[in-house]
Parts: sequence; structure tokens; C-alpha cells
Amino acid sequence: MTKQFTAWIQAAPMALVLLAFLVAPIVMIAIVSFWGATEYSIYPAFQFDNYEFLFRSPVTYTVFFNTFKYAAITWAFTLVIGFTVAYFLAFEVRSLKWQIALFLLCTIPFWTSNIIRMISWIPFLGRNGLANSTLISWGVIDEPVEWLLFSDFSVILAFVHLYTLFMVVPIFNSMMRIDRSLIEAARDGGASAWQTLRHVIIPLCKPGIMIGTIFVTTLVMGDFITVRFMSGSQRANVGRLISNDISLLQYPSASATAVVLLVAVLIVIALLLRLVDIRKEL
Amino acid sequence: MTTISKIRYSRRNVLKTGGAALAAAAAFPAPMVWGQESKNITLRQFGTGVSNLNEVATKVKEDLGITLEMTALDTDSVTQRAATQPDSFDIADIEYFVAKKVWPTGNLQAMDASKIKNYDKIVGIFRNGKLTPESSIAQGTAPHTVGFVEGPAGTSFVDNESGWMTLIPTIYNADTLGIRPDLIGRPIESWTELLNPEFKGKASILDISSIGIMDMAMVCEAMGEIQYGDKGNMTKDEIDKTFAIFTEAKKNGQFRAFWKTFDESVNLMASGEVVIQSMWSPAITAVRSRGIDCVYQPLKEGYRSWGGGIGLSASLSGMELDAAYEYINWYLSGWVGGFLMRQGYYSAVPETSKDFMSENEWGYWFEGKESTGDITSPFGDKLAGAGEVRDGGSFYDRMGAVACWNSVMQENQYMVRKWNEFIAA
Repeated sequence: MTKQFTAWIQAAPMALVLLAFLVAPIVMIAIVSFWGATEYSIYPAFQFDNYEFLFRSPVTYTVFFNTFKYAAITWAFTLVIGFTVAYFLAFEVRSLKWQIALFLLCTIPFWTSNIIRMISWIPFLGRNGLANSTLISWGVIDEPVEWLLFSDFSVILAFVHLYTLFMVVPIFNSMMRIDRSLIEAARDGGASAWQTLRHVIIPLCKPGIMIGTIFVTTLVMGDFITVRFMSGSQRANVGRLISNDISLLQYPSASATAVVLLVAVLIVIALLLRLVDIRKEL
Repeated sequence: MTTISKIRYSRRNVLKTGGAALAAAAAFPAPMVWGQESKNITLRQFGTGVSNLNEVATKVKEDLGITLEMTALDTDSVTQRAATQPDSFDIADIEYFVAKKVWPTGNLQAMDASKIKNYDKIVGIFRNGKLTPESSIAQGTAPHTVGFVEGPAGTSFVDNESGWMTLIPTIYNADTLGIRPDLIGRPIESWTELLNPEFKGKASILDISSIGIMDMAMVCEAMGEIQYGDKGNMTKDEIDKTFAIFTEAKKNGQFRAFWKTFDESVNLMASGEVVIQSMWSPAITAVRSRGIDCVYQPLKEGYRSWGGGIGLSASLSGMELDAAYEYINWYLSGWVGGFLMRQGYYSAVPETSKDFMSENEWGYWFEGKESTGDITSPFGDKLAGAGEVRDGGSFYDRMGAVACWNSVMQENQYMVRKWNEFIAA
């Protein structure tokens, strides 16, 4: 009994913090999503108007489709790049000193704000930007390429640039925990480099990949500012829908959209966790 | 209207005047001024970056001793704060169309016009709606329609000069399209040019629904596609038709981007990504100060206009309220007007501003005359040389050609939803 009591006390601070700053706000958002709104105020009610409008509007489906599309494409690119970088750091670089040095090098861009890192693409990709003028001077193209900026391409490019490190770190971490003798055993057993990668390294990296995946998908699905800046406001994802509603004082409608987005993200994560049992693997 | 212009100016200001003022304030404690009782009063003002300038706060401290705490926000956030955080401000510097949303919340109190010294000199637009006795009133939320209420506790707007004002007008202008004449190479005369396929992938419009819809309406009407009953108060049908035209243009790749902040509009134009777009006056100035040719093109269908004003928080009373009136009277007494007019805006009481401008400046900005020497902004940037004329001409030419005012329509929620569809299309 006293032992159980101590355990409760020990868990209490964290539980209280989560209750106050995570659970309570979400409950609040869920409640407000049933409220009504006028031009300038919101009033308590229990109505399904916000959800009804949301599910009836074709925009919702387009925008959710876009959100998933951005998440999926960004995930694929960050995974391939992140895995490659982590593999190089973990297996190709031999000395620990260099591993640490190169790993820190990867994090240097994070010393600046991610908005700055994102916006700096704009002059680079623009009609008269560096990319276009270089390609023209090489004779690759005759006229500036328009789709480099303010397009799905630039949005995904920025996402990949911003979030690849979130894939590198957990995968690198998993790789460093792999017992090197397993790889030697695979080699002794006659496995090719590809077979070792496929049957030894990748399965053992699964928790890292999964954690990276969760980071990247949740970050991309919740983002609105990257989509706004890099598409020149011409594309929309769910985050932008919410931010538009908020700026126009339509809090209940924004809350309803947020609740639907939250549910969608939770479903994605639940599916991911079915694939890999992170607790067991860690 | 913008956050960025304020940041640009204020940084420079903090470095120059701000820093000096701070040093001076530290060296010389509270200056003795005529508003004795108000010297220790602090008023919290928020508004758009257009008029929330640190220079104003520095000057009011100097003249009246009142400490003005300024917060600059974007148009949407301003509305949000005025409507939802009544205790966070004493003075709201908002646009007239925002008043229509905010007034019903009861967060602002009506002002006694008899306490406003220069009331009789305020431009007609803000009193009976007429610039000159002959002018007709433009469509949209014209300032005078939301400028007065029936009494001190009035909740609904009245259509006459009741003596109880919702906002004291401070700053206004006539907006049009900005163009890059060097990249277009031919005269631009009509709003229809925004959707001209010639500028495919080189046009832009602003992504602030309440203002963007008006620019769209100006274009659709100029094209002869839609005849609006009132552009500032469209029917659902008119809204649908307007968005249909623009959605098609968007799908055809007419637009390079949409912009939401001041600096985005400046960069789009300066980099040549865009050659024709909705723009605000100081953004044109910012492009020009980089040595790039940019014109605020007057168009034959007229301007889309906006106006801002100062409103008092409902919770202001006693000494703070007196100080607020004192501040308002000071605001209209000329210095601020001159400061704003030298940036290309107009003051609510232009004649008092004349004393704070040189003859050349007054001639260029207000009378539309050829400048006799360099025209510089209050921040020292050269905006025009000798022999240049302001785009659009004189005050009466420009404000007399207003076709509609920024507005909030009855079908606003519907319009906003359609706007979201347009962005996602």
C-alpha cells in the first residue's frame, strides 16, 4: 500500500503537468468545436454545425488529401536521405571523434530559425534566382523554370530540408546500438553487403525509423507556415484552414477542424505503432 | 494594415531617435508640459503597423508627457484583439470596416465630438460621407456609416453626425494596383489587366479576404462580367460568380503567388516575380527606394479605399479618459498628420498638417503639383526627385475617385468560406 502510494506521488508532478497543459487544452478545443460563432463572438452551444459544414465541404477533402500527400512524399524523401546519412555516420565513419564532429555538423543549420532556413529558398528558386540563372548559363534551359518556386515542389523541398534531421537522429541512434558482432557474423555467414543491410541492419533500425516517421509526419501534418510561404499562399493544407479560421475569429470552426486533424494524426500514429512495437524494441 | 512596415521603421528608429530619446529620458526626468495631470499616465495603444509608429510615441511623450505603449499587429490580429481582449488596451487604432465587427461587442465607448477641438475641420468623408458637397458616396463600408452612434451608450450606428463618434479618423488612403512599368512596357489603365493572360504567372492578389474580395470585385466589374448591386455588400450569387472567375484564372496559372504581409508584396514586386498586383502605398515606396521602377497606377474605374481611426476602450475613465481625449486632440493638431502625409497617406485634418510640411512637400503630396526639389520620407529615404508628380495627382483627384471602401458584408462568413475554397482550389 505505502509502496503504491509512493509510486502515485512520484508520478503526480508529470501527470499534473500533462493534465494542465496537454489534456485540458485538448478537452477545451473539443468543447469549443461544438460552439457557435458570429462575426465577432463565440457562444456556448452543443451543435454539430461546424462538423456538418466541414464534412460537407469539398474543400475539406482536397485539403486533407493535400496534407496526407505532403506528409507521404516528405516522409519518403526524409527516410531515404536520413537513412543514408545515418548509415554513413554509423558504419562508414570509423572514429568516434569524427562521428561526433560530423553529427554536430548536421545540426548546425538548426542554430538558425527554421523560418529563415525556409525563406532563404525563395531568392534561390525564384524566376530570376540563382537556380534559374545558373541553369540558363549552363545552357540546360532557355527560359526560367517557373515551377521551382511557389509550387508543390518548393513546399516539399522545404519540408525535406527542414525535417530530414528528425529522421537522421533516431536512426543514427538505433544504428549505434547495433552490436557490431552481428554484422561480422552476417559477413562470416556469407551474406552480401546488401543482404546484411536488408536482413540485419534495417530490422534493427525499425524503432529509429518509426520514431523518425512519427516526428516527420506529425510535423508536416501540423504545419501551416511552410505551406503558406513556399507555395506563395497558393496551396492549402489543414493547418492553413485552421489558421485562416482563427484569423477571422471563427474559433469553433477552427476547433472542429483541429479535432478532425488530431484524430487523423492519431490514427496514422496508431497504424504506425501496430507495425513496430517501439516499447519492446527499445 | 501591416506589421512589417512598422518593424522596418521602428528598428531604424530605435537605433536613431529611439535610442537617443531613451538616453535623453534617462538624463532629463519627465519634462514639464502643459498636460500636467497627464504626465504620469500610460495609454496602451494597438493597431496596424501603418500608424503605430514609435516616432508618434516619442513625440507625444515630448509634447504631452503621456507614455504611449504601442503594439503593432496585422489586420486580422487587430480585429481579434479588439473583439476578444477588451482589457488589453486603452486605445484601439483600427480600420473603419473593423469597427462594424467590433462595435457590437461593447468593447469600445463612444466619443463626445464636442471635446474634439478640430472636429469641424475633419474631412467630409468621415462626417457626412461627402468629400466635397457635390461628391457621391462610394460603395462598401464608407467610414461615415459606422462613424457615429446615437448616444454615449449607443449600440447601433446612425447615419447623421450625432455628436457621438465611434472612431476618430487618423489615416486613410486610396489603393490601386501596383505595376512594374519597366517590365510591362505599355500603359495600364484598367483593373481588368490583373487577369489579362499577357501577365500569366506574373500577377498577384492579397490573401486577406476582406480586402482581396474588393480587389476581385473591381476586376470583375471592370471586365463587365458582373454588375454588383453593392460591391461592399454582395449577395451569395455575386460572391459565387466572383470566385468562379478568379478560381478559373488561378487554375490557368494567372497568379504567381498571393501575399499576406507587406514585405511579401515588396519582395514579389522587387524581384520581378510579379509585374502587376494589389499593393499598398508604402510598399510602392519601399520598392522604389531600392531604385526599382514601380508605379501606383491610377485606373479608370477608380480606387479601393480604406480608413483607420482611434477608438477608446470601454473601460477608460477618469484621468485616463481625459488623457485619451488630450492625445486625440494632439493627434489631429497637425504633427502626426504631417508625419503620415509625408509617407503618402492622408490626414483626417489636412489643413493642420500643412504647418508641419514644407511647401514643396504639401504641393507634391496633397495638391498633386510637380515637386520643386527632392521629396524624402520622414525616415530620410528619397522618394522622388524634382519635377516629379505623385501617381494619381492631388488629394481631391485621388480621394474623389474612390469606387468602394474596404468592408464587412452581411454574407461575410459565406464569403470567407468561399475564400478558403479559392485558396485550396
